[in-house]
Amino acid sequence: MNLTWMAWTLPTAVFFITILALLCGMAIWEYVSPGGNPRVGVLRFETTRGDRLFLSLLGSAFIHLAWLGLVGPNLWWALALSVVYAIGVFRYV
Amino acid sequence: MERTWNNKAWFMVLPVLLLVAFSAIIPLMTVVNYSVQDTFGNNDFFWAGSEWFDEILHSDRFWEAMGRNLVFSAIILIIEIPLGIFIALNMPKKGWGVPVCLVLMALPLLIPWNVVGTIWQVFGRVDIGLLGYSLRALGFNYNYVNDPFDAWITVIVMDVWHWTSLVVLLCYAGLVSIPDAYYQAAKIDGASRWAIFRYIQLPKMNRVLLIAVLLRFMDSFMIYTEPFVVTGGGPGNTTTFLSIDLVKLAIGEFNLGEAAAMSIVYFLIIMLLSWVFYTVMTAYDAEQ
Repeated sequence: MNLTWMAWTLPTAVFFITILALLCGMAIWEYVSPGGNPRVGVLRFETTRGDRLFLSLLGSAFIHLAWLGLVGPNLWWALALSVVYAIGVFRYV
Repeated sequence: MERTWNNKAWFMVLPVLLLVAFSAIIPLMTVVNYSVQDTFGNNDFFWAGSEWFDEILHSDRFWEAMGRNLVFSAIILIIEIPLGIFIALNMPKKGWGVPVCLVLMALPLLIPWNVVGTIWQVFGRVDIGLLGYSLRALGFNYNYVNDPFDAWITVIVMDVWHWTSLVVLLCYAGLVSIPDAYYQAAKIDGASRWAIFRYIQLPKMNRVLLIAVLLRFMDSFMIYTEPFVVTGGGPGNTTTFLSIDLVKLAIGEFNLGEAAAMSIVYFLIIMLLSWVFYTVMTAYDAEQ
């Protein structure tokens, strides 16, 4: 199958494989501990771990955009900040 | 009580998953791939990294189109949601008027976007259009081709005409599902018209209103065909919304990398705003 029209690159392939791995990880987590672990955190409304992953990914995208727009093109720091943010979301939201 | 987990149900959603994969996920992946590269055609791509995103985030053109889009969506929601509720409240609940009103309300929704645009483009013309000609005859200096204010009014009125029916039909569905017992109890308590609306009808319409707000926000934030056909984004750039700008960038200027980066930023903003709307309204619903 010719997929050249999709214009794959190594970094974008790694990006999507990471997202897929996260989704597989969440599925395994759900299998081991079913129910989605709903709880009310700092946002004062109920979230499941799926909601927390969504918030982590969406927030990380905006952290990267904000870093690029306000600081500069070195995005490794934005990635580190996103990891800290995701840990915070899974711990407190 | 022990809950039963039946994962066979997942196979039932497999066809939808496949459909979404081909219609949304694969194109989205391709857009992400394009956003970090540059091309001059012939399927030749050159690595550009975050350059296109950097360009978009520092582009006045992008932020101006974004501002116009946000203002447009806010105006649309402010007009269409209350107007839709008002019309639904005043529609007949029994008798021959019900099918007549439902058909009349459904008519604008059946007309394709480009046809709506063409209708309003002709309707608003000052030389042959009924609206434009009549306004001129009444002494108004109306001309949507030259005047940005008139162009905005035309695009807004056109959208209200086309889409308020959707809000009406959703609200009407919510209203007819309220059992008569609620109204009888309110009558016994001597509740005013406002109290019936505030404590019976509005809470019962909450879920359909959530859907109406979300649909109207997303649709108005993605609006393309109607303003493109009526004003072409003009006069100047005054009605150039994000989607019109995106098409100009991707097809008009063949700047696929920058257009892909813009699409992703656009997509993320829609996701964020939709999530905020959804969360606020479901949290309010749970509180009630």
